Amino acid sequence: MNTDLQELYQELILDHGRRPRNFHRLEAADRSAEGYNPLCGDKVKIYVNMDEEIVKDISFEGAGCAISTASASIMTEILKGKTRAEAERLFETFHDLVTGKPAKLDSPELGKLEVFSGVSEFPMRVKCATLSWHTLHSALKGNGAVVSTE
Amino acid sequence: MKATREVLVSEKPGETGSFDVQKIREDFPILKEIVHGKPLVYLDNAATSQKPRAVIDATMRYYSADNSNIHRGVHVLSQRATQEYEDARVKVQNFINAVHSQEIIFVRGTTEAINLVVNSYGRSNVRGGDEIIITTMEHHSNIVPWQILCEEKGAKLRVTPINDEGDLIFEEFEELLNERTKFVSLAHVSNALGTINPVRRIIEKAHSLGIPVLLDGAQAAPHTKIDVQALDCDFYAFSGHKLFGPTGVGVLFGKSQLLEAMPPYQGGGDMIATVTFEKTTYNTLPYKFEAGTPNIAGTIGLGAAVDYVNQIGLDNIANYEHELLTYGTEALSAIPGLRLIGTAKEKASVFSFVLEGIHPHDVGTILDREGIAIRTGHHCTMPLMNRLGIPATSRASLAFYNTKDEIDALVAGIYKVKEVFG
Repeated sequence: MNTDLQELYQELILDHGRRPRNFHRLEAADRSAEGYNPLCGDKVKIYVNMDEEIVKDISFEGAGCAISTASASIMTEILKGKTRAEAERLFETFHDLVTGKPAKLDSPELGKLEVFSGVSEFPMRVKCATLSWHTLHSALKGNGAVVSTE
Repeated sequence: MKATREVLVSEKPGETGSFDVQKIREDFPILKEIVHGKPLVYLDNAATSQKPRAVIDATMRYYSADNSNIHRGVHVLSQRATQEYEDARVKVQNFINAVHSQEIIFVRGTTEAINLVVNSYGRSNVRGGDEIIITTMEHHSNIVPWQILCEEKGAKLRVTPINDEGDLIFEEFEELLNERTKFVSLAHVSNALGTINPVRRIIEKAHSLGIPVLLDGAQAAPHTKIDVQALDCDFYAFSGHKLFGPTGVGVLFGKSQLLEAMPPYQGGGDMIATVTFEKTTYNTLPYKFEAGTPNIAGTIGLGAAVDYVNQIGLDNIANYEHELLTYGTEALSAIPGLRLIGTAKEKASVFSFVLEGIHPHDVGTILDREGIAIRTGHHCTMPLMNRLGIPATSRASLAFYNTKDEIDALVAGIYKVKEVFG
């Protein structure tokens, strides 16, 4: 396999793509939002249960490619216990990472999200990686609008 | 491995026979491109086709030597440009066997052609309570314009269902027809499945009730001989860029008596006879429907594309592509976990497929790194994907310059995809 592909489809991504974590409806959710990528038909619904400013619980449902599924899965893992402000900041850093903005590559807060660095070599796949984050952003804002990548 | 039909080609194309695919490939400069270090394998022809040197040269020659506006200048460049533009119309007329050249309206593409019919014929003939019939496998461009019209008029869009193989169910179509039906509009060939619809039977049936029929020929024109007189269709729409011509130019064929009775679609220059502030009289066909400066270079390029296709011969093309279809169907079907979507009895050279547990988008990315260009997604047929219960497919669509070796490369690429995903 060529290096770019290896970078993109790292084991952790394949694993989360195959066996997504927090992949269910969240009964206790106090907010949710839907995201849609009309180009490839990927759909995601993010459920969040906030305790004041803290993400107490978060889950997702949907159908998508390995990148978008793994991104949603890892996002839900990493955000549990984070504050709203931390989540929004992480989204920004993550967005910089997948669009290849170099300064942010070593941000310590990225943690597992680092595995998505390979996406920057595949501009057509940036939307796959960011769909769940855009949707999360909408859920946190709570305006209920369906997020579209287009 | 063996083709089921006798064709004019050797077992491995390009060696002998009157259809020399290697020689044909020489006509297409882009086929020499290297993508990610691999030779380009272009299998996205249903999205757009590649252009032969003759088409590229024709548009370049127009801009280098003849560039001028048409139908208005007395100077020589304008005469030359007008001549070439109108020559293209006659070429297209002959290409689809229309009775009159004035029945050929140049538009931007299939989408605009359908919108023209909807907005001109549709708006003046469809009323509240009327019905328009389409099919489940339509491209969005043959759904949405009709939906807009139906909403405006209080009319109803009826949809002819398909079976699981992707064949239109003719009996269901017959059931849908009634005295409220005002129009039938359907794909000649499905872009997502490759299904060739029984358009003659449909037209015959619709005409027996006096209902006009539009055929969306975007996916048919590059693969099969179109004869609008034999089909007896009322409108036929196709795009230049899928027929090896430039983007931004397409064709609407309409029967003269229908076009004559239709109001203009857009107003502007070229479509008028006289203009005063009180009253404008319209130009004759086809100019009535060609407001503004058209895509002159594109139209001349389309004329060159028609010449090129004629030179190869649509019968040869259809035979060769059928051989590729048979070869590819067999090769792809042998891949474990691969399911072909669309296995209609009559089919064009399109392979839509899903791989168990692997999303089409991931398939497309990995194939791309092998130099293989396919389309992944819903192919602008979201209602069809819903009907089939899948979010998307991977689609490899062939043209006459593709080879069995390229199908082998596709198969090898799919095995790579399976390897990545374990």
